Amino acid sequence: MVKIYVPIDSTALSLGAESTAKKIMQEAQARGIEITLVRNGSRGLFWLEPLVEVETAQGRVAFGPVQPSDVAGMFDADFTQAQADKAKAHPLYLGLTDELSWLKKQQRLTFARVGITDPLSLDDYLAHDGYQGLKNALAMSGTDIVKAVTDSGLRGRGGAAFPTGIKWNTVLNAPAEQKYVVCNADEGDSGTYSDRMIMEDDPFVLIEGMTIAGIAVGATQGYIYLRSEYPHALKTLNEAIRKANLAGYLGDNIQGSGHTFHLEVRRAAGAYVCGEETSLLESLEGKRGLVRFKPPLPAIEGLFGKPTIVNNVISLATVPIILDKGAQYYADYGMGRSRGTLPIQLAGNLKQTGLVELAFGATLRELLYEYGGGSASGRPIRAVQVGGPLGAYLPESQFDTPLDYEEFSKIWAVLGHGGIVAFDDSVDMAKMARYAFEFCAVESCGKCTPCRIGSTRGVEVMDKIVAGQNRAKQVHLLRDLSDTMLNGSLCALGGMTPYPVLSALNHFPEDFGLSNKEAAA
Amino acid sequence: MDNTLSHKQHAKIQAHIQAHQHVPGGLMPLLHAIQDDIGYVPEAVYPEIAKALALSVAEVHGVVSFYHHFRTHPIGKHVLQICRAESCQSMGSDKLEAALKANLGVDYHQTTADGNVTLLPVYCLGNCGCSPAVMLDDEVYGRMSAEKVADLIAEVCHG
Repeated sequence: MVKIYVPIDSTALSLGAESTAKKIMQEAQARGIEITLVRNGSRGLFWLEPLVEVETAQGRVAFGPVQPSDVAGMFDADFTQAQADKAKAHPLYLGLTDELSWLKKQQRLTFARVGITDPLSLDDYLAHDGYQGLKNALAMSGTDIVKAVTDSGLRGRGGAAFPTGIKWNTVLNAPAEQKYVVCNADEGDSGTYSDRMIMEDDPFVLIEGMTIAGIAVGATQGYIYLRSEYPHALKTLNEAIRKANLAGYLGDNIQGSGHTFHLEVRRAAGAYVCGEETSLLESLEGKRGLVRFKPPLPAIEGLFGKPTIVNNVISLATVPIILDKGAQYYADYGMGRSRGTLPIQLAGNLKQTGLVELAFGATLRELLYEYGGGSASGRPIRAVQVGGPLGAYLPESQFDTPLDYEEFSKIWAVLGHGGIVAFDDSVDMAKMARYAFEFCAVESCGKCTPCRIGSTRGVEVMDKIVAGQNRAKQVHLLRDLSDTMLNGSLCALGGMTPYPVLSALNHFPEDFGLSNKEAAA
Repeated sequence: MDNTLSHKQHAKIQAHIQAHQHVPGGLMPLLHAIQDDIGYVPEAVYPEIAKALALSVAEVHGVVSFYHHFRTHPIGKHVLQICRAESCQSMGSDKLEAALKANLGVDYHQTTADGNVTLLPVYCLGNCGCSPAVMLDDEVYGRMSAEKVADLIAEVCHG
């Protein structure tokens, strides 16, 4: 019986994958062709979604994008015999999926299984190296597990890029009756969706990573703080957790080891600031998501005042492969102090958007043009925002910057969570700068003045600049206000809003009605 | 829209309060459970929630009002969220936003006259590879136009 794959990832669903899957089942039945339909994750080639794959002796063969109206024609071309000439002649035939250059050039470590397996099949997970990391971890001491994570060079993939192993070590050495592992799944940055893909398309890898974290530092309870905008991820995670509990991969006495780790998903409620770790902890405790003063660090006094690991989804989902293949294997990828790989998300005005996992070091230009295929509109790419709404806008002259935490820092930009949003030349950068302040005003938790008041004043100043009211004076005010927010805010929301604002001003002064000289004044 | 609680609704809320009373950090899951069940979090039950969770009414109000997701009044039968974030802007979401507001005859946080659709802004749906994106109830849709959204609304409202 031939196996057909139709993704169940949100992006594929948002383009009609559900209808395509139903239509394939109907046509197969009507024609008396026996098929097994597998709902896999997405391979991450979004311009080809819904991407339908057929299993063959040579490997999986892809067709895409497949709309329900294409399905009858594909059956007419005997697409289930995907290696026959008749199927190959079909206009949606793409060849062997693994040979698609977009995928072939990638270095998928964290995303090794994504798009390949059925996300909710534990057997599939185990058959594709799943739980090898945990198996190794169970034979190690907590100190050795933490050392492996430290040696791998893994840094926080949420955006702050703090060394994960050092955070874990602090929790390991903090004496307490109760410790926690908290996964930050409040992926609110525009242009990012890699957390969502892991949770929907390979949830067991996150569960495994959190379990290893718990065992390493002696935490018995974990929480996944999941944004409320991700209903599919919620369902998938809850089902995966249920299955992991049933199979003895969660709960008491994990795989007979004597270790305990319980895991629960908690829903966020639409506050961007709760992606900040201390605000997140407040929210988990059932409070307003107000940012906490640091110190104390969450690793010492975190959730309910107890030592807590707070890591992003990608950081935790990368732990299993480090424990499976070894710290050195992971550290061998990358450049400088940015070790390993980064799941990059191509978004916005690009012809070919999707998930590209590569070792650190690739350039923006490579990603925008070789992977992205240039703009979707066919117009020149004028600006690129990297790292979410608090990331800088980069002009074409900076497209050769390698993706590396330190290299980005040198040009006053951030890699953040690896989201890349492209804009064509129709973008109005003054409008984007105004939006950055507006967003900050909507999402500010209100605890510190620079963010709470500064964001609103920023919108007003931008309105005056756009209206041409005494521009030189307003730009001076804008720089002064940005300086206050940068240096006086309690967290990155207020503290980094000046990144998109000032980078827009500095690189695109003409959109503010200014010459380069006036903008610099 | 009627804002008084029926006995049945009240009983449901009481059951949710009981179920979450002893959950660590239980207020957020409780508020979600109430809103999932009856569509909003009625201010009238703040005192009961406060008492059960050993909080002040002000604290309950503080939490409900902090989060964009929670609402204190009934809304339309369906919720349409338009993504306003950068990726969607790069693909023309402001035009989509203006067209939808005009077509529906409402601004953000308002409900159409027939009570069918409440329009809300959202900042990222995680579908940035297929901008502009919208979410209608619990389903996300990518590469949207005003026409496509109108078809989706017609489909959920009239089958």
